Amino acid sequence: MRLEARFKWLPTPFRSLLLFTVWLLLNNSVSAGHIILATILAIVIPLITYRFRTKQPLIIKPWRAFTHLLLVLYDIITANVEVAIKILGPTKKLRPGFVLVPLDIDQAMPITILASTVSLTPGTVSAEVYPWPESVKSGEKPERKYLLIHVLDLTDEQALIDTIKSRYEAPLKEIFEC
Amino acid sequence: MSEWIISILLLLGGAFVLIGSIGLVKMPDFFMRLHGPTKATTLGMACLLTSAMVYFSTTTDGVSVKEILISIFLLLTAPISGYMLIKSAIHHRLPSNEKTTGKDKIKK
Repeated sequence: MRLEARFKWLPTPFRSLLLFTVWLLLNNSVSAGHIILATILAIVIPLITYRFRTKQPLIIKPWRAFTHLLLVLYDIITANVEVAIKILGPTKKLRPGFVLVPLDIDQAMPITILASTVSLTPGTVSAEVYPWPESVKSGEKPERKYLLIHVLDLTDEQALIDTIKSRYEAPLKEIFEC
Repeated sequence: MSEWIISILLLLGGAFVLIGSIGLVKMPDFFMRLHGPTKATTLGMACLLTSAMVYFSTTTDGVSVKEILISIFLLLTAPISGYMLIKSAIHHRLPSNEKTTGKDKIKK
């Protein structure tokens, strides 16, 4: 896990790239003027703002992140169709439930991504992360974190936990190496 | 050809948004209602935005890619707002459907 970037003048290379692309997309053009402006913004904005942000783990394996993104996008489509069928089907047959998923990752950023993925994919919405930060005393080693999720139609609790852990959490662990 | 793609995407997107809204009305408790808007509506909006992208790319000069940005921002914000809603619901101890299993897992 690495928290600091290598370059002083480009503290957050990915954010710079993101700003550059977003500026060009917003203006819907690739003319020279906009490219120069985007480059200036992409360098200056991170330089001004990087002191304010809390340090997050960097993406170590960008290619793995890209393939994981494609997998998640595919899962979003299939999960949507699944949930649509469940919504249109008889409501009485649904078995809603809360499930606790033990987490192996403990950084804020990967957990946020995992919770968002869980919310967008298989009939689940993430509800809470335990333990609450205020209940952990400072200096104390935090205990294991749990993600509380609400499931629309719960059939096999253990199978669901295993799927989430192997399909969504393991790649994140690999990408951030934490 | 492009007209066909636009029509199919519009119909598909409209259908998904409609199903999401039906879920909002039909489900028995707050927690189950959240599932419609967080999922079905996201994909529906993505379909509608893609059709807008195809439409403006074929009828006007140049390619229109702004819609990709809107889709990305929607994908980023939908789970966060869903999370905030369900978190506040838990803190307000909203009643959940009597069939709900694992209610004891919510820490008070």
